[in-house]
Amino acid sequence: MIKRKEVLAQTKKIAKFIRKSVVLMTSSGGSSHVGSCLSIVDLVAVLYGHVLKIFPNDPESSSRDIFILSKGHAGAAIYSVLSYVGFFSKDLLSSHYQDGSNFSGHVSHKGVAGVEFSTGSLGHGLPVAVGVALSFKINKKDNKSFVLMSDGEFDEGSNWEAILFAAHHKLDNLFVIVDRNKLQSIRTTEETLSLEPFKEKFSSFGWNAIEINGHNHDEIINACEAQKKSMPTIIIAKTIKGKGISFMENNNLWHYRSPQGKELKDALAELENENA
Amino acid sequence: MRDAFVSSLYSMACSDKDIILLTADLGFGVFEEFESLEGQYFNVGISEQNMIGVASGLALIGKKVVVYSIGNFPTLRCLEQIRNDACYHNLNITIVSSGGGFSYGALGMSHHATEDLSVMRSIPNINVISPCTAGEAGYAINSLIKADGVGYLRLDKSSAVEKESKHTFKIGSSKTVVKGLDITIIATGGILEEVIEVSNKLKSINVNARVIGMYSIKPIDKKAIISAAEETGGIVTVEEHNLDGGLGSAVSEVCMDNNIIPKLFLRLGMNNIFSSIVGSQKFLRSKYKIDSKAIFEKIKILIK
Repeated sequence: MIKRKEVLAQTKKIAKFIRKSVVLMTSSGGSSHVGSCLSIVDLVAVLYGHVLKIFPNDPESSSRDIFILSKGHAGAAIYSVLSYVGFFSKDLLSSHYQDGSNFSGHVSHKGVAGVEFSTGSLGHGLPVAVGVALSFKINKKDNKSFVLMSDGEFDEGSNWEAILFAAHHKLDNLFVIVDRNKLQSIRTTEETLSLEPFKEKFSSFGWNAIEINGHNHDEIINACEAQKKSMPTIIIAKTIKGKGISFMENNNLWHYRSPQGKELKDALAELENENA
Repeated sequence: MRDAFVSSLYSMACSDKDIILLTADLGFGVFEEFESLEGQYFNVGISEQNMIGVASGLALIGKKVVVYSIGNFPTLRCLEQIRNDACYHNLNITIVSSGGGFSYGALGMSHHATEDLSVMRSIPNINVISPCTAGEAGYAINSLIKADGVGYLRLDKSSAVEKESKHTFKIGSSKTVVKGLDITIIATGGILEEVIEVSNKLKSINVNARVIGMYSIKPIDKKAIISAAEETGGIVTVEEHNLDGGLGSAVSEVCMDNNIIPKLFLRLGMNNIFSSIVGSQKFLRSKYKIDSKAIFEKIKILIK
């Protein structure tokens, strides 16, 4: 049994790689959503570094868990972690957002090993993850279905259809992780379309609702192991949009802006210093 | 048509545990026998977007999923899920809508499915089938599931009577139900019954019309269309559907793409309108001049 300390050392290393990678990818691609990527780095690092059953040498293995990134605009973070764990060469990341590339701004499975499902339009990932979980139940398999969603995405009605369905069918092999950074495209979630009381909404819908610090790797692992019989689990991960780069944190400008020139230099320097 | 579909699907589902039927709370009393097939039938509730999402998740893990609702609910209501989740991932999902055209004519505009064919055929990675007879509906569900991709099956309340029991159903094919050289009438869906009547009326004035039941809208039977354009006196298309992008559009695309201009050409259907008027399927066909009487009169003028 690998000790938790060793696991955390590894997931920290992955997180560091993804942070640097998404800054470089969004810079060279001139693409948006660096803040959205940085927000989920720790979640993704823990999922791929420890939680998910994945087989980079056998991506289609029937023993694998399924992970869907529903907030497809943070695709760069997923491409980064997939390359880190060995689904494809890290060299390919530089083609992100470039002419002729499969590595699109919003995550796409075509030609990219390890991506289970393509998204980009919000409100799609959860119903699909629910279908995956149901399929495992029908087949009497132990595989789990994970979906990572943005908080703003809960404005979409399709999610609430799926939330009802998952509880009704007691899909306890379903894990929804919400990137609760409280910022959506233009303003905060609460100014746009209030989500609070968020956790209570899920409890009342019959879900196992857990709230954690979405940047604390230990808490993320514990939450992913807190399965409750006959209930789907939602992990509300409190995060900071732009986490890790001071001038990007909680600043929605970085939902759209791509770091260039001095900004890129400063961002990379901060990441180096933080982990020095 | 619906009965033929249900019976064909049920017999497939009994011998293949991977076939799953989802309904968005429609089909009262229709799917009772499916309830005994454990893990193969789910009423997802009135939630079409979730239905297509769940179907996609199930199909991602190898299930062959059939989703069912009526009118525009399983198509237009969840169109983006069909495009992004089902079609982009090329999953084995067959979308079945009961109530093509004016099948639910008296229920009002919300229940008139008069744009589904054009909308669905515009998406890549999908087969679009609009049976003309009950028998075709039964064969269609079988073929669409076996095609291992996304399919759309439009079931009509009306259907043309089949003269022969021998079936040649194939995705991308069509059926010539009446032979003739003077003009070709191509129809899709149950409205073929009107067209067969038209061909009988035309016979009485010595016009021999070829009648084609174009049950496969995408892929479409190019060979049958090109032959009709080359061999006969012209082409008339008939659909219980809006003209923009429907059967007539598909037929004209084939002609133009192959540099073949039919000697005469006429598209009959709904001319870019909604119907706020309600009534039976027969009544609305007559109202919008796509019943046998109106089609006959229009063809008489065309060939004069």
